[in-house]
Formats: sequence, C-alpha cells, structure tokens
Amino acid sequence: MVAGFDPTSIARKNFAVEDHVPLVVIGAGPAGIAAAVEAANLGLRVMLVDEHPVASALMGIDVPWMFGERMSAAVQNQGRMLEHIVAARPALQAAFDAGVDVRLGVYAWSAFVEGPTSKALPGPMLGLADEERAWFIRFDRIIVAAGARDLGLAFPGWDKPGVMGANGFAAATSLYGAFTGRRIAILGGGAAGRETIRQAQAAGIEIAGVIDVAPIAPIQGIPTHPNHRITGVTGTEVEAITIARPDGTGAQTIACDTIVLAVDVVPTVEMFDLLACATKFNGTSGGWVPVTDPTGRTSRPGVYAAGDCAGITDAALANPTHAEAAGRRAARAAARDAGLSAPDDLAPPEPPTPDRDQWRRAWLAAHATTPDLPICRCEEVPLEDLLGVRPPRYLAYDATKFETRDLRSLAAEGPVNQDQVKRLTRAGMGPCQGRRCREQVQALLAMQGNQATASVPMPSYRAPLRPLPLSVLAAFEESPEVKQEWTAWFGIAAQWYPHWEKVPDDLKYETRWNPGVEE
Amino acid sequence: MSHVVVIGGGATGLSTAFWLRRAGVAVTVIEKGIVGWEASGRNGGGATHAVSPLFAEEQRLWPMMDDLLGYPTEYQRQRIRIGLSRQQLDLILEGVTIARKQGFTAQELDNKFLRELVPFVSEHAAGGVLLEYGGHANPQRTLQAYAWAVQDHGGTIQQHTTVTGFDQAGGNITAVRTDQGTFGCDAVVMAAGPHTAQLAAKLGIRVPVAAARAEMVVTEPLPLIRFGGADGNGVYGRQTLRGNLAYGGGPHEWIDLPDATTPRAVNSPVMQSVAKRVFELFPKVAHARVIRSWAGVIENTPDGRPILDRLTGPDNLVIASMSSVGFGLSPATGHAVEQLVTQGKCDFADLSQLKLSRFDTLAPDWQEAAGWVPWKSEESAA
Repeated sequence: MVAGFDPTSIARKNFAVEDHVPLVVIGAGPAGIAAAVEAANLGLRVMLVDEHPVASALMGIDVPWMFGERMSAAVQNQGRMLEHIVAARPALQAAFDAGVDVRLGVYAWSAFVEGPTSKALPGPMLGLADEERAWFIRFDRIIVAAGARDLGLAFPGWDKPGVMGANGFAAATSLYGAFTGRRIAILGGGAAGRETIRQAQAAGIEIAGVIDVAPIAPIQGIPTHPNHRITGVTGTEVEAITIARPDGTGAQTIACDTIVLAVDVVPTVEMFDLLACATKFNGTSGGWVPVTDPTGRTSRPGVYAAGDCAGITDAALANPTHAEAAGRRAARAAARDAGLSAPDDLAPPEPPTPDRDQWRRAWLAAHATTPDLPICRCEEVPLEDLLGVRPPRYLAYDATKFETRDLRSLAAEGPVNQDQVKRLTRAGMGPCQGRRCREQVQALLAMQGNQATASVPMPSYRAPLRPLPLSVLAAFEESPEVKQEWTAWFGIAAQWYPHWEKVPDDLKYETRWNPGVEE
Repeated sequence: MSHVVVIGGGATGLSTAFWLRRAGVAVTVIEKGIVGWEASGRNGGGATHAVSPLFAEEQRLWPMMDDLLGYPTEYQRQRIRIGLSRQQLDLILEGVTIARKQGFTAQELDNKFLRELVPFVSEHAAGGVLLEYGGHANPQRTLQAYAWAVQDHGGTIQQHTTVTGFDQAGGNITAVRTDQGTFGCDAVVMAAGPHTAQLAAKLGIRVPVAAARAEMVVTEPLPLIRFGGADGNGVYGRQTLRGNLAYGGGPHEWIDLPDATTPRAVNSPVMQSVAKRVFELFPKVAHARVIRSWAGVIENTPDGRPILDRLTGPDNLVIASMSSVGFGLSPATGHAVEQLVTQGKCDFADLSQLKLSRFDTLAPDWQEAAGWVPWKSEESAA
C-alpha cells in the first residue's frame, strides 16, 4: 500500500544547502592543506574549511585549545588575525593557486549522515558557521584533518589564568602572534614539550624550566626537573610554579608568568564520531582514533582521516612532513574512490611510538592525591565528587546516602560509562565541551577500577562541535514546510485532548504553532 | 504476590519497582543497558500533563519525590508558558483550560510582568501564563534517584540484561528468560518503551507502538530565572538549575527498531530550527552559546495515548507504555501500575481509556497507513 504521511515528521522536509562539493577538507594545518592541494590537482573540486581565526570569546573559554587567558587584545581584530594566519601558513598559497575554495574563520560544527535513526536526509550534510550565521553544505567525500587538542591534566593550581596547552601556546606564538607571556615553565619532557621549546625559542620567549614526573633527556641550556610533581601555583594568576620530588624533598619555586601544559596532545576525533566512523582506543596513538586503512580510509565510505587526528606520533609532532604525506595519501584515496586516476600511494605512516597512555596515567597518579583537586573546571567538579559520583554542589542532598555509593559501587553494577558519570557529576558538561577534562576523567575512572583506559567507552560527541551563539544558529532561512508543519511535540492531536474527551476517529495533527513571531 | 519482574529500567519501570517495594513486593528490574539511558533520561523534564488521567497524582507526588526517593531530582514547581503572538497565547490559554477544569489555577501575565519573571523575553511578546501547577525536574538525576531508591528499598536492578522469552503455565507467566539467566516471577510489568511491541509479540500479544527520534539543544549556563520552566514558541523545555537552557521540538523521525537494541539517536538539521525558536523566544540572551544537543527514541501508540493495562491473558501481565509522555507522569504511573499489579485496578485514576483492547480492531498496516515509518528522500534512495 502507499504509505501515509505524517506532516509533523521529517518526511518531505527540505533543508537548504548552499553548496554541494565533491570533497570537503576539515582543517588547514599541514595535513589538510596538503590534502586539499593534492585533491585539487587530481581534478576534484575542493572546499577547505578552517576555524582560525576563532572568536576571541571562544579563546576565553579555552576553545578549541587551552589559551589560558594569555592572548593579547589583538585577537579581537579578526581581519588582522586572518592576515597573520595566512602569513603563518605559507602553504595556503598553494591551495589558493590550485583553485581550492579556502574558507578561513569558518567552524565545521556538525555533520549529518545516514544511520539507523537518520534516513530522511538527501545525502551527507555538513554544518558550517562563522561569527554571523550558520549554513549547511552537502558533500560527497570528506577528509578530516582536524589536528590535535590539548591534553588537560589536573595539578594544584591548573585552573589559574596563565596555564596553557601546547597547542594553545603554539597558536598564541606563531599562528596568531598574540602571546602575552614572557617566561614560561613547560610541563612535559616528551615530544610535545620539545615542540613547545622550539616554538618558544623561535618566538624569543624565556624558558624557566621543563618539569616532568618521569625522567627527562637533558636539554642544552634549559633547566630540567625530572621526577618532580607540581605542588602548587603561586598568585591569583600564574606568578610561579612550585615543585617537589614525590617524597617531598627538593621543593623549589620557579618564577614564570605562564605554564605550558605540554605533556601531550590528543587526536581531535569529534567529527569522526558525528560521521559515524568506527573508533578505537590506542594508548600509543594518544587516545581514541578512527579505525583506518593505511591510506586514511575510515570505516565509513567517503570519509578519510589525515594527520594528528588519526593518531599522534612523536615523529609527526616534530616534523610536519609526516602530516603532509598523510594528507596526500588521503587525497589520493579520495580521488581514486571518486573514479579519478591518482599516483601510487606514498610510503605508509610510521608506527606509533611510546605508550602515551601510561605516561598520562603517571601524571594523574602523581597529582590526583588531594580530594579538592579541580578536575572539571567549567562545572567545578573536584576529584572527590567525581570519584564519589556526587551531585553538583549547588544541589542540596543527603550526604549519608552517598557513604556507600561511589564509583566503585557503580562499577559493581556494570561497566563504568563516562557519559553516565557525566550525567551524575556534570564532569565534562560545561561550555568548554569537555575539552579540558575528557581524557583525564576517562583515565581516572579507569584507574579507580584498576582497569585499562581503553575499557571506558568513548563518551559521545554532539553538535555543535564549537559553542555557537543562539543568534548565529538562528541566522538562516528556514524552509517553508519546516516552518508551517512545526510542532513542539508529535502533533498527534488526541495526545492533547483531555482524557475525558473521546479520541477522534481519524488521525489529526496539531500544527498551529507557526508562524510564531510574525503575526 | 511475592516476586515481580519489571522489564525496562526507564522512568515507568523504575517508578513501578519503587512503588512495588514500598508495598512490600519483591522486585527485579531487567534493563538491557544502563538505567534511564533512553528517552527517560533524554527529554525536557516536564511534569505538567493536564490531559492525563494521572494528572492529579502527578501534581500531588512531584513535590514529595526528593524525600520519597532520598536523592535530588531537581524538581521545581510551576511553569510559565510564553506567547510571542496573540495566536500562540490563545493556544496556551486553550491548554490551561484543561487544568482549570480540574481545579488548578493559572495567572495571565502581561508583557511587563512576564519580563520581570523571564527577563530573556522581548518587549514584543504578546504575554504569558504563570501556571500555579506543574513543574519540571532533571530527567537524568531523577532516573538515577529512582534506581538508587529501588536498591535502597531492597529491590534488584539487573543492568545489561536482555529478555529473550517467557515461560508460561496455567495462563500465567511463570518466568522471564534473559541472556543472563531465568527469573521466576508471579507477575510481569512490561515497561520497555519502544521495545514493548517486540517483547509482547513473544507472548503473541500485539502492542501497537511506533518508534521515533526527537531532539533537543542546550546552551551554556545563564543567570537563573525565577521559574525555570518557561517555554513557548513551539519549543518545550526548561532552564536547568545549573542555568542551561534545554529545549526541543520540531520534526521527529520515525525509525525501525529491528532488534532488542536501541540505536544511537543522532541529531539532524532540525536542531538549528530548534535553536532558532529558542532565539526568538529569548532574544535578550541571543549571545548564549549552544554547547550540546541530544536525541532520544520515543514510542507512540496509534492514538498517542498511553497503554496502562492489566491483561487477562496472561493474567499476571501489566503493559505500561506511556506513548511519549513517560518521564513527567512517572511518579504517578509507577503508583498506578503497582496497584494494577497488586490489586488489579487503580483506585486514584480512571484508566479505562488506556486499555490495550481499544486497538483490537486496528488494521495490521496501521503504521504504514499513518506514515509512521522511516522515510527516505527520493534523492538518497536513488
């Protein structure tokens, strides 16, 4: 029979799209630019999207990286920042020359693809936005080259202004040229720490020292403090960092105006989650990564991964040619899948290096020793509330009820789930969208149960992938049928008749809610 | 009555288990995943259902739930409905009439008074209504409160357990079979939301429910308004006690549920339209950033009304499907279902309209006829 029609459902609704591109590339770092140029040269029409320069208001809440309130007022001038970014990324010129549609200062805030609960879309869609408005495009293929996020690892005082991430620092000094600090202490003696040293030296910024809970290879001309933990931060903003050995000896104070938390960085996998790509936890690759073949094809046809977002390696952190090669591999795979001829694949990526997960856990173990250590800064969740699965402190509750309830009792009832703990404690629920605590919450939950970090499932990512003002999301032209057939709920009329009234014989819908403001 | 198995660890099932324990009945809740994980924990948190026969009990119980359960639910009394246009305001007043007929009161608000109570609203809004009834709570916190209260009262919750079948003898269900073993029982409550249809089919019973996906958006925290349950303009929702605006509405999507699992409910471009309506409703906080969205899977019966029914064959089975309004009514629903189990009837509400038998003559292809089936755009099908 011919199926009926529910006017209040998504059936037959159109969503305006502004373009339909054969290939969209997310991220204009080394991998993304290389991918866009290669794909354009192979004959694909390419749109390259990058969020920088991001709104200074987002920087203020550590989105997308931990900027630690160390950005100058210059970042409020987006035009000037745009010029700076183009200058800082000379490879962009090749993209312009290759005819790539380069969109800077544009957020890729969502992707919508077919799945078990989403069948009605005409094809894959991407949500884009700038500071004024939001819009959709359609795409056939997508290369995600979203790079890496900063890794938040709590220590006493890490919530003070002046504590940055490795990516935030690199962006402040080179991409934006807007760093306000003068003397930094670097946390982490690994590849991210070494890259931070390189960035600082290039920018002429003084390095007060490098600190790690683990051994550090000697660095020419820079004081190192291996096998130390952080005991505190002096000042309401960073004025100095205090450190000591685990047994309390060797306490010292190191003057600095900025602390760069450069223990490690994390693959940015949020877009893969929205694109419904399979992910896996890989401690040597820096956390959750998309499952890919050697060319960057993910589990989902038409979706490719390139660069740091596919997995962190020490070699790639030190040298951008690795990411560039990965971008070209993904572009060639996309071109071939689109029916174009492409050269043979480049050499496959190098195997990952050290166990980054064990190192992170060592950092957490060294510092997660005091109950009031702030873990989720947005929602003000201290360590004891996370491990005790306590309600947030603005709620009154009977504390005696929680004497026997904590993470361990929850774990006894089923595998620990980070999204469940988030709902109960609010850890990871704030405006920074979990960027500063996602990884450490996962690791802390695992450590509490003596489990592998991989045993805690990846908490879900949801759109918008960047915090977007209501006014920006609202600035679009809604299609007439969405407007006219809008209902707050299902619109089944009998659902809203009082129970003492009989259900009508035929199915009626209530769609009188629109138009709303116009009349 | 010595042991009841409740299938489904959502709002309806957990509340039922709570009330059964209070009545001294041994109870085991069987949940295929984590308690409150599906629509029960993913909704607007509204507790204002004047159309329901359970309305009076809903209103009586909610103010007591924190104390009854022993854990916070974030319940807040009263709501404000906002009409941006005269047309919207008239629709609101139409709805308020239903509560007034049951003895509840509401106060009309002019624009000035409305903006005193909800400063986010524009000076152009037609007006609003302050309900002296109703309210809202935090679904996720409430569901965990139910679950913990069931355990505190001696009930058992079996998470990550999927029902595979039933044993029957003498016209009764004698055991529920699962992938984690068999649970003997004297009675069964089926409160499995959209999966109720598949479960009932194992007993040869047709429970006509169709599953759909619906979605919401949430902003960063804002200063608290006095009555957080303020909505209108085609979106439902609330300001949470943390200050976030959480609102939903708009086109839903009918989906297939081929097996016992619930697929991850994703968002759609509709979320932008939801944000647009929140922006129109609260233009004074247009700067508020949307930081999250979510979606849930919800069941509806053909007439959109619940099924709350103690069957006669098997004699010891209660079907409890709330047809997309489960969370808010759950304190009352659980109480009613407990009475259906222990006494065979509910003594505080007339549930005669909610019997399964009203669908006895329903056409087999009712879902297709209504269009309550997945829809694929011609372009993507081609």
